[in-house]
Amino acid sequence: MVKEKKAKTRKKVSYAKWGYIFLIPFFATYTIFSLIPLISTFYNSLFENYRSGLTQIGPNFVGLQNYISIFQSDLLKYFGNTMILWIIGFVPQIIVSLILAVWFADFRMRLKGSTFFKTIIYMPNVIMAASFAMLIFALFSDDGPMNNLLIKAGLSDGPIRFLATVWGTRGLIGLMNFMMWFGNTTILLMAAIMGVDASLFEAASIDGAKSFQIFTKVTMPIIRPIFIYVLVTSMIGGLQMFDVPQVLTNAKGTPDRTSMTLIMFLNNHLYSKNYGMAGALSVILFFITAVLSMFVFIMLTSSGNKKGGRN
Amino acid sequence: MGKAEKFKKAVVYVVLMLLVFLCLFFFYCLVINATRSHPEISKGFSFIPGSSFGTNLQNVLHNKNLPVVQGIINSLIVAGSSAALAVYVSAMTAYGIHAYEFKMRKTIYMFIILIMMIPTQVTTLGFLRLINTMGLMDNFLPLILPSMAAPVVFYFMVSYFESNLPLEIVESARIDGSNEFYTFNFIVLPIVKPALAVQGIFAFVASWNNYFVPSLILKSNEKKTLPILIAQLRSADFLKFDMGQVYMLITIAIVPVAIIYLCLSKFIIGGVTAGSVKG
Repeated sequence: MVKEKKAKTRKKVSYAKWGYIFLIPFFATYTIFSLIPLISTFYNSLFENYRSGLTQIGPNFVGLQNYISIFQSDLLKYFGNTMILWIIGFVPQIIVSLILAVWFADFRMRLKGSTFFKTIIYMPNVIMAASFAMLIFALFSDDGPMNNLLIKAGLSDGPIRFLATVWGTRGLIGLMNFMMWFGNTTILLMAAIMGVDASLFEAASIDGAKSFQIFTKVTMPIIRPIFIYVLVTSMIGGLQMFDVPQVLTNAKGTPDRTSMTLIMFLNNHLYSKNYGMAGALSVILFFITAVLSMFVFIMLTSSGNKKGGRN
Repeated sequence: MGKAEKFKKAVVYVVLMLLVFLCLFFFYCLVINATRSHPEISKGFSFIPGSSFGTNLQNVLHNKNLPVVQGIINSLIVAGSSAALAVYVSAMTAYGIHAYEFKMRKTIYMFIILIMMIPTQVTTLGFLRLINTMGLMDNFLPLILPSMAAPVVFYFMVSYFESNLPLEIVESARIDGSNEFYTFNFIVLPIVKPALAVQGIFAFVASWNNYFVPSLILKSNEKKTLPILIAQLRSADFLKFDMGQVYMLITIAIVPVAIIYLCLSKFIIGGVTAGSVKG
């Protein structure tokens, strides 16, 4: 026994260095292209550094002044926009996905063609967001095909100027986010429901529980971890919302910056080379996502829920 | 089956068909309009395809203001090499964690999971300044090289190794005198090929669709990738454009990916539940 153990230890020692060698490319890349930029972003956020006309101002150390300035600018407005746009897409997404997941996972229903449905509803997720936004812009423009169809069908007297109204624009962005993500969420939730012991559902229905009762009393409590995972990852994704509103509104967040998101704001500062403000905004976003990520991290690493994020 | 059950099933199918309609409708309009000429499109919408597919394709590929062919090539270069590197290096990292016992193993695993959720956007400022210092602005390298550190692919590969790679195989390769790199490249990788393919597709699509960082790095016309060209089309005066060409360019950006997806959807959908992080 002792001998065997010794032999084993010796074997481990002789190969341990290979573990580190195999990790070198990943960590070298990560350090150069992510870690150093992250530190540099923090560092830059403490300096005044921008161009005013032709004159370069700074870099001068200003402490936390950039953070104060960014809160005094329209940060909170853009944060609100981002959250509103996320909610418009997320609420229908989670409702539809939950219903679909329950249906797909219900063996008694024996749905035909569920592979086909899953394939189609996931498809918008692989589509280039920038081109999807361009497509929606072309289709919903004032004299575009959608208005044409609405007028032909007698649903509208004249063209509806979707992109000139606050809720028209926000609604279209929400619709695109809904379409791009509900298939993904459905598949994640379905996997979670399929992982539940089928006898639980049987027992509940023998006891006379209705479908809705089974859903609220059995399904929901069991899939809660994956539900929270979906919620938090979607929120992190929502905070990064950029491509769709950027292309749809031509980087302006029209009308009147009501669809300007945080990352579009960041993009503007990066473009105009206002490094101090861009840095402060990045650091704020980093901390918000860091807090949200902790939830995901705990879920992925606590062994009890390990199955949730996996197959 | 009772009447109520049958009714419920009918409702389910109707809802599913409506959602399928929603998912396909806009893309149907896209493909239809890509086959119609500008005057036909401005006359009004039609559900019947036109006959100008070839003309539109010719026109958009030879457009003097938009280097579309170059854009396709650029997108293919960037997405192809990013996907290959992301998959190879992340599989290598996952193998290092899976197959070897060493002190920092658990800590490193935790660390990679922890950084998985940090969005690239929050480090972009520092990244741009670094790339500027390195003199790599307007170059593909800053878009390709960072993909070597892909925590999401790593996370997926670790779980895949755990369930599909018995370490006895590695042991027996060692006994046969294979060195560690040879074992990884010629024995381990072939076993996990299916997982590599799925992750490769995810990485390719993510890079193909990526707009934020490329738009800040690529400045000259002959370096631009497709998403940048499409955004450029949006910022140009819209009405001056031949709408047939606009729809055709969007089709070029969307349809190849959609076709690859439809051919491989079985594997892709299986891969969604394993290690997916929303973007």
